[in-house]
Amino acid sequence: MSGVAATILFLGVTLYAVLGGADFGAGFWDLTAGGATRGRRPRALIDAALGPVWEANHVWLIFCLVVLWTAFPGAFAAIMDTLYIPLAIAAVGIVARGAGFAFGKVSETLSEQRIYGAAFAVSSVITPFFLGAVAGGIASGRVPAGGGGDPLGSWVNPTSMLGGALAVVVCAYLAAVYLVAEADRLDLPDLEHYFRRRAIAAGIVAGAIAFAGIFVLRDDAPRLFDHLTGIALPLVAVSAVCGLTALTLLCRGASRAGRYLAAAAVAAVVGGWGVAQYPFLLGTHLTLTAAAAPDSTLRVVFAVFVVAAVTCVPSLVYLYVLEQRGQLDSH
Amino acid sequence: MLSAVVAAAGDPAQLLPARTQMAFTLGIHIVLVPFGVAFVALALIANYRGLRRGDDVALRLAERWSRVAAVLFAVGAVTGTVLSFELGLLWPGLMRRFGQAYGIPFAIEGLFFFLEAIFVAIYIYGWKRMRPWPHFWAGIPVVLAGIGGTLSVIAANSWMNAPAGYTLRHGRVVSVDPMKVIFNGAFWHESIHMLLAAYIVAGFLVGGVYAAAMLRGRRDRYHRVGFLIPFTVAAIAMPFQIVVGDSAARWVFNNEPVKFAAMELIPKTTRDAPETIGGAASQAGEIHGPKITLPGVASLLSGWSTSTRVRGFTSVPPADRPPVTIVHLAWDVMVGLGTALLGLAAWFALLWRRRRDLTRSTWFLRAASVAGMAALVTMWAGWTVTEVGRQPYIVYGVLRTRDAVTRADGVWLSLAVVFVLYTLVAAATFLVLRSMARRWRRADAAGVGDSDVPYGPARVLEANPSSPAATGTR
Ligand code: HDD
Ligand code: HEM
Ligand code: HEM
Repeated sequence: MSGVAATILFLGVTLYAVLGGADFGAGFWDLTAGGATRGRRPRALIDAALGPVWEANHVWLIFCLVVLWTAFPGAFAAIMDTLYIPLAIAAVGIVARGAGFAFGKVSETLSEQRIYGAAFAVSSVITPFFLGAVAGGIASGRVPAGGGGDPLGSWVNPTSMLGGALAVVVCAYLAAVYLVAEADRLDLPDLEHYFRRRAIAAGIVAGAIAFAGIFVLRDDAPRLFDHLTGIALPLVAVSAVCGLTALTLLCRGASRAGRYLAAAAVAAVVGGWGVAQYPFLLGTHLTLTAAAAPDSTLRVVFAVFVVAAVTCVPSLVYLYVLEQRGQLDSH
Repeated sequence: MLSAVVAAAGDPAQLLPARTQMAFTLGIHIVLVPFGVAFVALALIANYRGLRRGDDVALRLAERWSRVAAVLFAVGAVTGTVLSFELGLLWPGLMRRFGQAYGIPFAIEGLFFFLEAIFVAIYIYGWKRMRPWPHFWAGIPVVLAGIGGTLSVIAANSWMNAPAGYTLRHGRVVSVDPMKVIFNGAFWHESIHMLLAAYIVAGFLVGGVYAAAMLRGRRDRYHRVGFLIPFTVAAIAMPFQIVVGDSAARWVFNNEPVKFAAMELIPKTTRDAPETIGGAASQAGEIHGPKITLPGVASLLSGWSTSTRVRGFTSVPPADRPPVTIVHLAWDVMVGLGTALLGLAAWFALLWRRRRDLTRSTWFLRAASVAGMAALVTMWAGWTVTEVGRQPYIVYGVLRTRDAVTRADGVWLSLAVVFVLYTLVAAATFLVLRSMARRWRRADAAGVGDSDVPYGPARVLEANPSSPAATGTR
């Protein structure tokens, strides 16, 4: 049962990375779109694309938190009371980001929109960075099973910095790829071109960081490295192939398929992390089985998951379909 | 000063800031909850009326309410996310020991929030382009998910008051009975009380906006319908709320006697216990300060007879008592304002029975325009009774709050950051809503629809890219 719960948890992490990640990335492009006049059209596309779906995309984070604390309560407490600094910063970022976005959408004057837009954009970069750093701290085994680990060293370390940087770039990459498709759908060639250039650049940077990451992990998190290059190697390879194909497609001017491949590349990496951790939840000191809640609790988690799959997934598909058909209007 | 009231010697230094932060963030989140739970329901009533009777005024109200709901829902979602973090950041001792039981309702809640977020998006953004009836039906799941979400969160909270459904061995939870966790002893009265509170607070607050506008002379049909729909909903809920509150009080009397003694300000175990309004208690159990005493009433209310024996709070040592005065005053506020709101609902019913034109009764409108604020204060007070009254336990009788709190440094800092951040968010929410209201008023005065507001991003996208910006969108 603990394996099932862990799979559900990682599925949540993956979906958050792919869907929530694109949302964060859109904020990155908002931040870098330049002055009010120059950045006007890219920002408008970002607003239109994000509007209806952002909240749904972020519920995945809540999903991960509740599954973690219900199914693996000790590990949740240990992570929280070790990595509290980056987690608190991420929480602040989430508030600033959500509020900034929602307010910016309905406000009227340029100066108001600037303030809210800035809050949204800056926190869209800060939040994934610190969440990535948290992932790095967990992945490199820096969270003791009983909690109370080093409050600084647990996230100021090579693997965490790698995680943070990778999270930011990957989010930017995903967002740019989605926005290319969105611009294509709305028949806006100038914006399609705009985001295509950025998608390619972000893809190359993400690839480079991932490559450099291999050396970082070899020194800093040898067990993770061994498993990523061992048992999880197929997933890493899938990720590389998908990433490269997506890039090629982007360069050739295709946009729709690129979106799914880019998402698959990210999903495969997150999945690879999960496989590489197995059978441990924290470092090599806390196994999934030891950390798991009693089976009756895990069965509830599983049941909730099944109910979510049959209710939320079709609803979510309905939402995305309505959005793609242009039936949801952001103002 | 506060620390003198609520802290005891030997408490970890993190306890006070952690409790303050938890109370503050919950107190803000709970303001948004009624809107998340009930606002879309109010909009749907107007929406239904608009579609069935071809009532354009009702439709306009429904659309605008759902736009306001969108903003408040976003703030509710982010403040709720912060709470999820805080459960781990501030109370790791709670999650470590009881996550496997206490977490269950939250896992179910996640499901409801998911559905809510999805259908809120469809309903709110579907106004312009979806067909009317499918759009209306897309709003229904929001209402149902709001109810489900409330029941689940409250299942978690009531479990803290009436923990059940788990077996401990050597201090570790070794087995869990999910049904007993969810349907714990305090579940039904707390969840129904909160659900009604959500409709009461949202109804009175929204209605109050239109009551205030009518007082300023805007007595057209738009304002009248905008007042009547939410206010009627809240007024209908009021009598039920009192009945549920009364049974809640009896449950507390039977199951959390010390909390009850604090609520009623009863120091020594006694029959013929008086109901005290106002007043304060010293740790030694002396009652002082200005107060009104109604002999025997507390006994009467808790056991139908003045001879009912009521336990006093000095029956447990000071370390096991909640901050009595805070609990007692909060209780007085809830019951006092709750009774006043019931009176307002009765007044409303009377005016309605006599077919009076409500909009002409200035005093009624005055009362109605502050009812929302009063309901909000009532709800805050109720939560203070529940949460502060449970102290010194975080899980009643099982785990002390001081043993659950984080040992990390910097809680004061995080409290300060949260305080500043939430103040900014609150101010921005207020400004944004005010500017939306002004824009609508201008649009109504000019006789144009809302879609003519020239700021939508879609508009910028449709424009020719090479033409210079006509209007300002960042
Ligand atoms: C508008 C809202 C509202 C109104 C009019 C009332 N209450 Fe209330 N009350 C709440 C809103 C509330 C709440 C939503 O804030 C609480 C906190 C926890 C809960 O379940 O409901 C609450 C808690 C609460 C509790 C504590 C339950 C516990 O600790 O387990 C009692 C005993 C009462 N209420 C009793 C009453 C009585 C006798 C009322 C009649 C005058 C009353 N309430 C009106
Ligand atoms: C489902 C909902 C809720 C849950 C799960 C919950 C949980 C908690 C927890 C874990 C604490 C800290 C431990 C403690 O002090 O006992 C706490 C304290 C507190 N909560 Fe709640 N809470 C909920 C709703 C609310 C709401 C809506 C309010 C509204 C204002 C509130 C007010 C407070 C206050 C004032 C405290 C501090 C009590 C004290 O330490 O004296 N709670 N709550
Ligand atoms: C410790 C206590 C609490 C936690 C951890 C918590 C958590 C959350 C979270 C994570 C969300 C965001 C969901 C989303 O993204 O859609 C949320 C929103 C919401 N919460 Fe809470 N919550 C708490 C207390 C309460 C209480 C006391 C209620 C009331 C009954 C409540 C009712 C709601 C509702 C209805 C929403 C939907 C969004 C909205 O209303 O704006 N929550 N909460």
